[in-house]
Amino acid sequence: METTKNYFFSDMAVMLGRSMRHILRSMDTIITVTIMPIALMLLFVYVLGGAIQSGTDNYVNYLLPGILLIAVANSVGYVSFRLFSDVQRGIFERFHSMPIARSAALWGHVLTSLLSNVISIAVIILVALIMGFRSPAGVLSWLSVAGILALFTLTLTWIAAIAGLSASSVDGASAIAYPIHFLPLISSAFVPTRSMPSGVRAFAENQPVTSIVETIRALLANQPVGSKIWVAIAWCAGIMLVAYFFAMRAYKKREAR
Amino acid sequence: MTQNEIAISVKGLKKSYKNVRVLTGVDFEVRTGSIFALLGSNGAGKTTIVKVLATLLKQDSGDVTVNGFDVLSKPENVRQSISLTGQSAAVDEVLTGRENLIMIARLWHLKHPPQVADDLLKRFGLTDAADRRASTYSGGMRRRLDIAMSLVGRSPLIFLDEPTTGLDPEARIEVWKIIKELAGSGTTVFLTTQYLEEVEQLADRIAILHKGEIIVSGTLAELKKLFPPAQVEYIEKQPTLEEIFLAIIGKKKEK
Repeated sequence: METTKNYFFSDMAVMLGRSMRHILRSMDTIITVTIMPIALMLLFVYVLGGAIQSGTDNYVNYLLPGILLIAVANSVGYVSFRLFSDVQRGIFERFHSMPIARSAALWGHVLTSLLSNVISIAVIILVALIMGFRSPAGVLSWLSVAGILALFTLTLTWIAAIAGLSASSVDGASAIAYPIHFLPLISSAFVPTRSMPSGVRAFAENQPVTSIVETIRALLANQPVGSKIWVAIAWCAGIMLVAYFFAMRAYKKREAR
Repeated sequence: MTQNEIAISVKGLKKSYKNVRVLTGVDFEVRTGSIFALLGSNGAGKTTIVKVLATLLKQDSGDVTVNGFDVLSKPENVRQSISLTGQSAAVDEVLTGRENLIMIARLWHLKHPPQVADDLLKRFGLTDAADRRASTYSGGMRRRLDIAMSLVGRSPLIFLDEPTTGLDPEARIEVWKIIKELAGSGTTVFLTTQYLEEVEQLADRIAILHKGEIIVSGTLAELKKLFPPAQVEYIEKQPTLEEIFLAIIGKKKEK
């Protein structure tokens, strides 16, 4: 028992290194999680932005939080896919028959999701800066933004883990990505909700992404966040706990097979 | 037999999945340093036994010890002393052969993972393909890498679950050679297979699993004695297609 505990972090590092390689060697993943959000940002700012009344003089400032969430949302389909292939190819069985902590294999994927999103978000923010994004936010606000993005990433990652661990086909594993892709589109990520028809507007204003987007936007603009931040955190933490529970259940079920 | 001479001891092993009784009371022992073959048709429960022995699955009842450790109460010690080569070649296809081996060596917390990898690549004839992704490997190469990954930890007991299923005859013979070498160096090999020829080629002791029970076990000679003596018939010995195939391939290689 003791030996596995002592090595938990080095084992995790091996797992992390392994799935980071999976990402870096997959052009498809890099395009979907980094290049596509950047292209979307370029499209919205330079093609559609002129016609959008966001209520801010700098549309990049308005748009960036939503783009960051889209980047995270795009990435989790790959988490399902990587988990699914590990289960399917017997890689998990190999790890589980070795003297390493059982949870290392799963947590390796979760950490990878977190780290890869940190990288793609940093790249996207860099591009946004070149495009004219400016923020008066202080260190504390930036740290809060990082915290909320991390929480959002973990939440979606655990949802994706349920799909990856319990799907019976590769299509099923990746299908989880589609509803997640849609949430940022029907929110205040691109345009303020006030222009939407009442039904859509009611949905947009009360779904998790809007509160998260607006919290990040307020933090970056150095404006008071009010209660939005707590709504955002409550959404993420609540969904994450439920998703974590079901993902763990699926993991244990896989183990017992 | 003393305790040290028994690598695996299974008594009254039962396992059901929901209402399906897969194992209905399995007993057998595997001697240290031997090649033990578990023979059975598809769905006989071979993989279930391997999973219980490798601590991937908990039995419903029965006493199972591996290298002297109970699989339920000391799974950690069991894992420390075994290696599993599962039915699907569990190699990471995105990584190269070398990276796969280094990864496993690091998970075993060995001193010099790159050195360990180099040695195994050489031993398994994979040096030339070492830096290619495993997804480009042929079935035989993939299986060799798979077995090499199982040898990283230098476990005294290795499980090979249908190691030659899906391989071409040449690759199968290569795997047989590896298994013989392993046993020659003192490793206990637990092998499952559905090929009778494989058992004849390799196994010191054989157990036949049928409908969740071991119906016979013993050495090949003992098993042969159980059945009516061979009848002597005079027939012209035709080469099998496999012999023809291997002869042609062999000639091609000599050229």
